[in-house]
Parts: sequence; structure tokens; C-alpha cells
Amino acid sequence: MTIGDAGRLQNNSMPAARPEIGRKFGYALLYVVLVAVAALQLLPLVWLLFFSLKNNQEVFDQPALSPPLNPHWENYAKVWNAGNIGVYFLNSVWITVVATVITVLLGSLVTFALTRMKWKGRAFVLGLFMVAMMIPVHSTLIPLFSMFSELGLTDRPLSLILSYVAFNMPITIMILLGFYYALPREVEEAAIIDGCSVNRMFFRIILPMTASVLATTTIINLIYNWNEFIFVNTFISSDTNKTLTVGVQNFVGQYTTDWGAIGATLMISILPILVAYLFLSDRIVEGIAAGSVKG
Amino acid sequence: MDKVLSNKKMIALYVLPALLLILAIVYIPIVLTAFYGLHEWNGIGAMTFIGLGHYKTLMQDKAFWSSAGHSCLLAIFSVLSLILYLIVAMVLAARIKGANLFRKIYLIPMLLSSVAIAQLWLRVYHPTNGILNSLLVSIGIDNPPAWLAEPSIVLYALFIPILWQYAGFYILIYYAALKNIPSSLEEAAKIDGANALQIAWKIKLPLVMEVVKVTIVLAAVGSLKYFDLIFVMTDGGPNGASEVMASYMYHEAFRAYDFGYGSAISFFLLVICLLVTWVIRKLTAAKDTIQYS
Repeated sequence: MTIGDAGRLQNNSMPAARPEIGRKFGYALLYVVLVAVAALQLLPLVWLLFFSLKNNQEVFDQPALSPPLNPHWENYAKVWNAGNIGVYFLNSVWITVVATVITVLLGSLVTFALTRMKWKGRAFVLGLFMVAMMIPVHSTLIPLFSMFSELGLTDRPLSLILSYVAFNMPITIMILLGFYYALPREVEEAAIIDGCSVNRMFFRIILPMTASVLATTTIINLIYNWNEFIFVNTFISSDTNKTLTVGVQNFVGQYTTDWGAIGATLMISILPILVAYLFLSDRIVEGIAAGSVKG
Repeated sequence: MDKVLSNKKMIALYVLPALLLILAIVYIPIVLTAFYGLHEWNGIGAMTFIGLGHYKTLMQDKAFWSSAGHSCLLAIFSVLSLILYLIVAMVLAARIKGANLFRKIYLIPMLLSSVAIAQLWLRVYHPTNGILNSLLVSIGIDNPPAWLAEPSIVLYALFIPILWQYAGFYILIYYAALKNIPSSLEEAAKIDGANALQIAWKIKLPLVMEVVKVTIVLAAVGSLKYFDLIFVMTDGGPNGASEVMASYMYHEAFRAYDFGYGSAISFFLLVICLLVTWVIRKLTAAKDTIQYS
């Protein structure tokens, strides 16, 4: 814009007002698009919440998106008490947590060794972890199944924990690497001069310094493990060891005609993630973005 | 300093647990998959070496090629849907108030398990009580289709939840890339008289092209090994109309107990995934050359 243009705009307010209206209209249109997309993303979930609180009569007779006027909370109590949902839920919690803690701890140890310690074969080992990221889970499923069968590990939670740790290790290391590279070395130099051992330095100095990236990797590990399906479906056969994903899958099968029970079961399985998202959305968004390189 | 940090025992202690685990759970199985694929084996009894026999069968297996075709179709849909995601991300990055909230709402389905999503969409598509057909009936469309039971539309119907699930993920990636573009570039273009469309097409798109290429790899490879949602919603049916490579492998191995043939399929799947990754990475080789200022 030249000085002449600016002068003209000032002298004549009408032509300046018109682009203003156009711009506002444009923005309104953009909002319409964004709100429409948001509605599409939320609609199925709102509908799920609604029918989880209805009985069949209401599901069949009322319009699909009518809110449940007298909510049937007993749907939730029913599915929680009737089947093994409580067992599946607890299994999901402890398997997810144990696998995540092991992954993040072992991943931190390796990343520390890869970025701070001096040894031959570092590049090769790093390469092994990075290439593993591209390997589809399905290509390992049959041998893993037969290996676990040989070892008597099928139908044991250990088979899941080992698989989760191994398959999430590459992405965990990849996210940690960027942080470790940026970490200043002065602190460790000082620590070593003071006679600090490697273990002490790692656990007392380095690990606390990486707290924020540990939180990011922990979150994506928790989400991946909580939602994992194919390993549970392949390795675990008894109800007492199933996790929520497979448990829900079987459980919903029993209730093919009871919409309220199905809705309540699904709500119970997604609620922990939704609640976590409500409080930790920034961290979770960050974690998903950081994990985006994983195929 | 060097002495402490090159202590072999310590290095082994730090590296070996994770390294051994990934060798045992990822790399050894890959070698075994290749090995099993050369044998006739039902998973329990003795193995018989048959060389490339399974791969010969595979080449002529119509059911496999139809599942491969479905996988490719999903990959094409997924890559095309990136255009939609990019448009939404561009709108979102246009100095929108509340962009952060929108972004977070879009991401919600991505956080849910594929099983929960599949079960939910099974209800959405329910022929009589599903929300889709209820809405269609309420606006006067009688006899809407039973979406998942029609061989000719089941694959398209299955793609909608996939589109829904991943929208927030790709929008998030694109939004971050678009926000990285310095606003001075956009302002300069505006002063030169460029309109919003020209700015989007001629300035923003080229600047996020590297990210777009990476997402193309993610979408393509991700679709080629797509499994969970289809497995739960249709299990490959009706009559194989929605079978994909991974589900076909699963059925051959864990339903038909043909572990040898299943291994051959999964090794083939691995090779295809690595090949596609490699090919598209080649296309993105000229990376990190963009200077913003």
C-alpha cells in the first residue's frame, strides 16, 4: 500500500467500509466451516452419550438426537456389575501403566547411552531402533504367537507387556532423542568431576531434567497401550486376562439388542481418555504431535 | 569424564534391556516370518519346506488380490482426504479466534480405541435405529441402504469412520506447519495485492509441502496395514467385500490355521510397506532446503 492509497482511504470512508463488511462475512463463513467440522466430530459421541442413558423403548421411539429426559444411569451400573467390565478395566489400567513405565524407563536409559556415553556401534543400534518404527505389527504376529506359545506366555499379561514395550520403544526413543541432544552437558561434566557415578548422575540429575519430555512420552504410551487391540485379541483367550478393548468387543456382542447397555459399555471404555483429555489437553495434543512420525 | 562414560559394563546395562527386547519382539519375528513363509505349517505340527510355493499360490490367489485392491483403494482415499484436512487446517490457521479449541475438538476421535470407534459406527450404520438412517428417514428418504451389508458400498461406508478418526490428527500436523510460516510473508503478499486463495495456493502450500509429503507416507502406509476397525465392523464381509491385506492374513493364519501361508502374506505386507515408505521418502529426499526469511 502506498501513501497515496492510504490517503484516499482516509478521505473516502465508504469504499473502506465495504471491504470491512466483506472481510467480516468471509470470517463468518470460515467459522461456519469450522463449527460444522466440529459438529461432525462430536455428533457421533454425543449420540453415544444420549443412547447410553436411554432404554430400548426410548431409542426406538424418540428422534435419534433427542436428549435422554429421564436418564437411565442404571445402564452403567448394570454393565459394570453384570459382566467382567470391572476386570477388563483393571487389567487395562495395570497393563497400560506397567508397560508405559518400563518403556519410558528403558527408553531413557538407551537414549542416555546413545547421546552421552561413548561406545562403538552407537549409530548401528540407533538405526535398529529407528528402522523398527517402520515394521508393521502384523508382520510379527504369527511368530510372536508361536514364540509365546512355546514359552507358555500366551494368555498371560506378560506377553502383552513385552509386546507393548518393544513396539513403543522406537517412538519413545525418537521423542527423547531430540530433548537429550538439546540438554546442556555442563551439568554432567560438573557432576563427574565431583565424583558422581553414572547411575547417580542419570537418576538424580538427567532424569529429573527431562521431566517435561518424559510426560509427553508417558502420555502417548498410555494412549497407545490403552487402545491396543490386535495383541490382546491374538494372545489372550481367558476373560480374566483381557483388557477393555477386546473385553468390550466380546461384551457388546452379548448385548446385540440392548442399546443402553452397549452405549454404557462403550462410554465406560472411552471415559478415562476423555477425562484425561479434559485436564491434560495441551500435553496430549503435544504428545500426539510428537508421536506423529509413527506410522 | 570419558572414563566414566565409556565404562563398558554401564553401557551394556543401559542399552541391553531395550535392545534385547526389540531384537526378540521385533527383529527375530521378522526373520521367522520370512522363514515360516517358506514352509507348509499349521502352527502346531511339523513344518515342511516348500520353497517359494506359498508365494506362487499368493500370486494367483484372487481373494488376496481383491483384498490388496481394497487396501490400495483405502490408501488412495486416505491420501485424497489429506486435501480436505489441509483446507480445514488453512482455515483454522487464518487467525481464527478459538483455533486452539477447534483443534482440540477435532482431535477427540483420534484418542479413542479403534474398537470403541468401530462399535460406535456399527450403531451409526444400524439399518433401522442407527443415527444415519434415522436422519435419512426423517428427511424423507425411504428405504436407506443397510450400509455395511451391501458389497458395493461397504468399503466406502467403512472409510467414513476412518476419515472421522484421523481428521484431527492431520489437521493438527498441518496447523502446526502453517503456524510456522512467518506472518511477514503473508503480509508482504497482501500488500502486493494477492487474495486469500492466491496466498494459500502460491505461498502457504509450497511452504508446507515437505510436511504434506510426510503425511502422504503416513496415510498410505497406515492404510496398507489398516486392520482394527475393519476387523471389528465387518470382519472383511460381506463375502470378502471389505477384506484388506492385514485381515486376510489374520484369517488365513488364525482362522484357517495356515500359519505358513499367513506368514508368506505378512512378509509380503512387510515388503510392500517398506517399499512404499522408501519410494515416497525418495520423493521427499530434497528436504530442509526451505528458508523462510
